Formats: sequence, C-alpha cells, structure tokens
Amino acid sequence: MAQKVYVKVNADFSEEGELRPKTITWVDGRIYEIVRILHKVRAASTKVGGCGIRYTVVIDGKERFLFREEDRWFVEGRT
Amino acid sequence: METRTILHADLNNFYASVECMLNPELRSKPVAVCGRVEERHGIVLAKNYIAKAYGVKTGESVLEARFKCPDLVMVPPHYREYMKYSRLVREIYMDYTDLVEPYGMDENWLDVTGSTHLFGDGETIANTIRERVKFELGLTVSVGVSFNKIFAKLGSDMKKPDAVTCITPENFCNKIWGLPAEEMLGVGRSASRELKRFGIHTIGQLAQADERLLSLRFGINGLRMKQFANGEDTSKVMPSDYHFPVKSVGNGTTFLTDLHTEAEVKPMILALADNVAARLRSAHKKARGIALMVRCNDLSWREWQEKLDHPSQNAGELAGHAFAVFQQNYPWVKPLRAMAVRAIRLEDEDVTEQLSIFRDGECLRKMESVDRTVDEIRSRFGQYAIRSAATMRLDKLAKTDEEIELTMPSGMLTLA
Repeated sequence: MAQKVYVKVNADFSEEGELRPKTITWVDGRIYEIVRILHKVRAASTKVGGCGIRYTVVIDGKERFLFREEDRWFVEGRT
Repeated sequence: METRTILHADLNNFYASVECMLNPELRSKPVAVCGRVEERHGIVLAKNYIAKAYGVKTGESVLEARFKCPDLVMVPPHYREYMKYSRLVREIYMDYTDLVEPYGMDENWLDVTGSTHLFGDGETIANTIRERVKFELGLTVSVGVSFNKIFAKLGSDMKKPDAVTCITPENFCNKIWGLPAEEMLGVGRSASRELKRFGIHTIGQLAQADERLLSLRFGINGLRMKQFANGEDTSKVMPSDYHFPVKSVGNGTTFLTDLHTEAEVKPMILALADNVAARLRSAHKKARGIALMVRCNDLSWREWQEKLDHPSQNAGELAGHAFAVFQQNYPWVKPLRAMAVRAIRLEDEDVTEQLSIFRDGECLRKMESVDRTVDEIRSRFGQYAIRSAATMRLDKLAKTDEEIELTMPSGMLTLA
C-alpha cells in the first residue's frame, strides 16, 4: 500500500529561476542522487493523495515521482 | 447580439471530494464532512456518492446520517484546504478567460466567447478544463455549456460527475423544457409552490405561461422567470476581480451552551458587533441601520431591525443599538442558541453627515481614532491581539480560529 512520505530535498536554482531537485534524503538518512529529470507537470497523486508540481525523476536507475506541494516535497512510498 | 459561449463549472461533492483526494483510503468508503457536534454544528455539510447511495443528505443531522449508514466515515471540515483547491481550480479556469465569476466556493461561470478562436468551441474548452482539473488536482467537475448563465448552470446539474452537457439555442426546447421548473435558477422553493398552484410544473410550461398571470402574481420576477425559461437571460459573467457592491455586513454564531441572561447576551453582541464594525471599516462603509437575529433553543428564530439616527462603523455604538433592540423585543421565553448582528442600510463612509447639536464631535473623532488604532494593531499582530475587556471571557462563543471569508452566491447583472 502506498504512503505519502515527506522527504528532505537538496535543490538548485538556475540563473533563470528554475528549480532542479538534486538529491533526496530518505527517512533512514540515506541520500539518493536524482540522476535525471524526465518530466515536470502539475498533477495530483492518485496513489497517496495531494497534488503539486510532479517531477518524473530517475533515482537508482528507476523512474519515480517526486512532488513539490507548496513548500514541501513528497514521494509515493511503499509500506 | 452575438451568441455567447458561457460555461458553468461545478465541482462535484466539493468538500467530500477534497477529503477523499487528500486521503485515498477514504475513496472506497461512505464519507460525510460534518460540522463539529461539540460546537453544536453537527450536520452533514457534504457527502460522497457512496454515502449518497445510503440516502445520506446534506443538511441532515449527524445522528440521522449515522442511522442511515452505520459505517459512515465522518470527517471534520478543513476550510483552508477547500479554499486552497477552490483557488487552484479558478487558476485553471483563468487560463481560458478573465471572465470567471464565482457562485459559492465550488461553482463558477466562465464567459469564453472571446477565447473560442484560441482554444476551440465551448464543448472543447469544457472537456479540456474537466480533464485538467482531474489530472492536476484529482477532483472532478461537471460543466454546462450554453449561450446564457441560467442554461449553463442547468447543464452542469444535468450530468454528474465528471461530465459536460451542452444546451444550444437549437436543442434547449427538447433538452430542458421537460425538467421541473424548480431546477432552474431563479425559481425558488416558494415560487415553485405557487407556480404549481397555477398548473405550471415544468420549465416549458413556464416558458409558455401567460405573462399577465406571472406579472400579477410575481411582479417583475415572474416576467424574468419566463424570460429565463425561453433562454433570454442576458446577465453578464463578471470579471474575476469584480466585487459585488456590499449591501449588508453580518456576523453570527451558535453558542457552545444556551444563554439564559442579559448579562450573558451583552458581551456576545459586543463580540459580534466588533467583527461587523471592523469589516465595515475595511469596506469603507457606515451603517444606517442594525438588524439582530436570535435563534431560541427550539430552533425558532426572530429578527428585528432598527434605523440609526447617525451612520456608524463603531463597534460600541452598533453593539449598543443591537442590545437595545434585544432588550425591547426579546421576552425571554426560551434560552438562546444562536445570534447574529447585521449592519444594514450601508452608505459610503465619506458621505457628509448632518451635524447634530446633541452629538459630541470631539468624542466621535476620538472613537474613530481608537478604531483606526485597533485595526492597525490587529493587522500587524492578529485578530485577537486586542479585544474589548467585556469579551475576554466568552467561553460560550464557538471557536472562530478558522474564520474564512467565503465568496457566497452573487447577484446577476444584466447586459446593457
């Protein structure tokens, strides 16, 4: 079952003001690098609820959704 | 006149949908958003389709709802979330037109006549909006597309959820004339009862009813109803930044426990008048009259009004008049459950006032100066940073920490 997990994110602002997440820190403290950002769109999370700017990112060779919900970031975690 | 393209977008079961969207575990269960029982607001405010299938109705008590559906999941309202999603949905609408007029928190009219060359016809825009709201916000919206506001609203009610209904000048007779008259905006409950007495049950019968009969019985509103039924509504969709002129400013509350004495009533009136006065000042208005509504513990209610000799926007003055109205009229037959104070007969604050030999101008200037200072302190440090001493211990006043200004149904403006 999916669960909403708020995570710490390290991000850069480009000169144009574009926000690019670089790493996420998982609940156990492990830091994962965001290798690529494939897509960015405003979307709702159908699995865990809530909505925001959804980044489709590649982490550890896998595609994942990372949401920016106002000033916080969350991912769709599994329990 | 060019045929207009008007949409009416209605978010389905708005409060309940937001709760289910935020908490997916609720989606498969019967859900109702209910007021807090401990604050004596224990009624159903909204329900999802599963709860509706059990017969749960908006406005009924929590106990009745629980009786109909024992597994009903009741959640308290989260108005800040509803405000947030209402704003986000409006932002989507604003991508298609600046003519977005709210009708409550979950309904909006959009005039897209000037945008069809960019985004496609009304039906295309309606479907785009419907898809976007679902994808971006996880909510569903029903959209009515028509050539006037009345029919667009009717269309959004015809197919739910997540649907588009088009009512055109060519098909409206077939599509809506068979519907009950009370489904049309502008035909209220009592008008509908009265229409039925004359054998007018459907919108089509209203459209073809005798003008003299309607005029005699309902006055100008009778003729308006007939025009609406014939698709001749010319009211405009107002721009999103338009504010309808303020006609009255009111504030009311249901007490946590009933009131039994005047000593309890007086500070309550002051607290309500304080809020009214502050909003009057922020709207740059003064009141020439005051209205007081009381609801007894058997739910019966009364309202009285009084004209003021001098326009006012001062809490103490307004409260004084309201309390005097209360003392003159309320016979204390029953304890009080709820109360509302309303400033009426509003006029602009800068209208020159006739001086009176009996009014102390110096005192008035001092009161206005105090009011301005209080407003400034509240704007910087919050609503409760400064309060009248008499209202400091109001333990019977329901908590108002979620006070939110809602845009309630607006008036209708007619095209010039």
